[in-house]
Amino acid sequence: MLRHNKFFFPALIALLVIVLLWGIAFGSVHIRLQDMFSGLKHAFNGQDPANIHEAVFIQLRLPRVILCGITGAILAVSGVLMQGLFRNPIVEPGLIGTSAGAGLGASVVFVLAPGFSPAVKEWAGTLLTPILAFIGAMASTIIVYSIARNAKRISIMSLLLVGIAMNAVCLSGINFLAYTARDSQARSITFWNMGNFSGASWLQVVVVGIAAAVVFIISFNYSKQLNTLLLGEEEATYLGVDPNKLKRNILLLNTIMVSVATAFVGVIAFMGLIVPHMLRLMIGSDNKRLLPASMLLGSALLICADTFGRLVLAPAEVSVGIITSLIGAPIFIILLKRFNLLQHKGGYNA
Amino acid sequence: MLKTENISFSIDKKQILKNVSASFQPGEFNMVLGPNGSGKSSFLKIFSGEINKFDGSVFYDDKRIKEIKKEELAKKRAVMSQQPELSFPLLVEEVVMMGRYPHFSFSPNKKDIAVCNEVIDKMNLSSFKERNYLTLSGGEKQRVQFARVLSQIWEQPETGYRYLFLDEPLNSLDISYQHEFLQEAATLAKHNTVLIAIMHDINLAAQYADKLFFLKEGELVKYGTPYDVLTPDLIKHVFNVNAAIINNPVTGKPLVIYN
Repeated sequence: MLRHNKFFFPALIALLVIVLLWGIAFGSVHIRLQDMFSGLKHAFNGQDPANIHEAVFIQLRLPRVILCGITGAILAVSGVLMQGLFRNPIVEPGLIGTSAGAGLGASVVFVLAPGFSPAVKEWAGTLLTPILAFIGAMASTIIVYSIARNAKRISIMSLLLVGIAMNAVCLSGINFLAYTARDSQARSITFWNMGNFSGASWLQVVVVGIAAAVVFIISFNYSKQLNTLLLGEEEATYLGVDPNKLKRNILLLNTIMVSVATAFVGVIAFMGLIVPHMLRLMIGSDNKRLLPASMLLGSALLICADTFGRLVLAPAEVSVGIITSLIGAPIFIILLKRFNLLQHKGGYNA
Repeated sequence: MLKTENISFSIDKKQILKNVSASFQPGEFNMVLGPNGSGKSSFLKIFSGEINKFDGSVFYDDKRIKEIKKEELAKKRAVMSQQPELSFPLLVEEVVMMGRYPHFSFSPNKKDIAVCNEVIDKMNLSSFKERNYLTLSGGEKQRVQFARVLSQIWEQPETGYRYLFLDEPLNSLDISYQHEFLQEAATLAKHNTVLIAIMHDINLAAQYADKLFFLKEGELVKYGTPYDVLTPDLIKHVFNVNAAIINNPVTGKPLVIYN
């Protein structure tokens, strides 16, 4: 059993470092270790990159890999939080409308932006898509929560059902926009919904990084309270926890964090579902270990998927969402099968 | 001491409890009995603090429950519900450690670990420590949950009493564990503990309880020592069953025989 193995976390960190270096080194332009060092040195001294390799490293590859790592961590941690809150192994942000809402927001920009007033475009600049995607994600998730909430409790069943309805509404909105759009706009919509890191910039790294850091710190502090929810809300109350307050706070933080990440990079499926499950099989369900481990493994796996997507059809790029779905879906099915064997009271009906 | 004053409680206009006033003394084994739907579980959820919208008052050591912080209450009051289930796999020792959660902020200290080990030994769970809770039998789960609850209130509070509430604790235990469990609980009651259990088996209750409380249709109809309250009339009135009561020749306690 790995749960008591003191080398587990060092091994995860080592894996992340290796993947990080691999992700930086390979791509349309190969970057050697010495380019990385000299590039960093020049950047810290405020100098311009000395050659094309350094420039690619500092301006493209590094922000891309870091953004990818943070996003992977966000999606995986979010999976742990949501699954823990709802005592259900198949919950992820995509199921309750967050991703579809973001997609609708982004599609509005792609198709209708030419009609926006110049002042708005001037003010938002390149952030127009992320801003509307963020608004879409927050709005659709909040609508799902408020409809699903009844008698002050949020039941998982109604949340999933309302989520399905919300996904359908957003999807029809996206499809309608795509239908009326020109070909290039429709292509932008499709690409956005597959998740993509090719537009990564340092600004995005900073924004997503801050959101992630704040939510990670707060949710790690909640890990003990989250554990008590494993026993059910009633038992959590007897252990001194207020389950409704806990749910509300975590859901809000989680939705903000996921919306920020999705707004910049698009929809990436299955990460939030699979990483927590893989880790549960390895180190158990204690959130004190599960949360930091998900952060590290989610990070490493998404960097892997993105790098793979850059290399497999190089010089063309395969969207990261295609890779995660292609590999993630079969794993998801295997997990569902496994879970059927373990199906017990307290799952769906909790 | 735990006291309830005029507790009334309704769900969707259906009155579940009507003016229930009772007081439970430390050092005694208190048991609540009544037919299905008589309001036993709701009563427990109210005085344990799970339900907080009700009429009337609950006092812990003369302090109103609404004036006690949840976190503080959790250090001296533990509740064992009916068959709590885990949504994800945990080890037995991790489940028992949850009982210590109200006592530490992030990581368990030496004392918490020592308490857990002591309780695990006491409940004969040492060989189970590393097993996955979800793979245990119903009775084994019950024992793990009892260990968790015990570890929560293992040490005496500086002032006042400990409180332990059990909701049908014998559900899936076999006969030897039923008796072992009740003996364990009765011993605990002697050590500064207010102990209340919801029970189904009247004869087990008569054998171990110091006080019996009978609920019928949300009202407290009778309470007192088994000798004083157990009569054929009461059994007929509360459970609608004809019964005779004799002296158990072995224990000397009342024994209910159903016709």
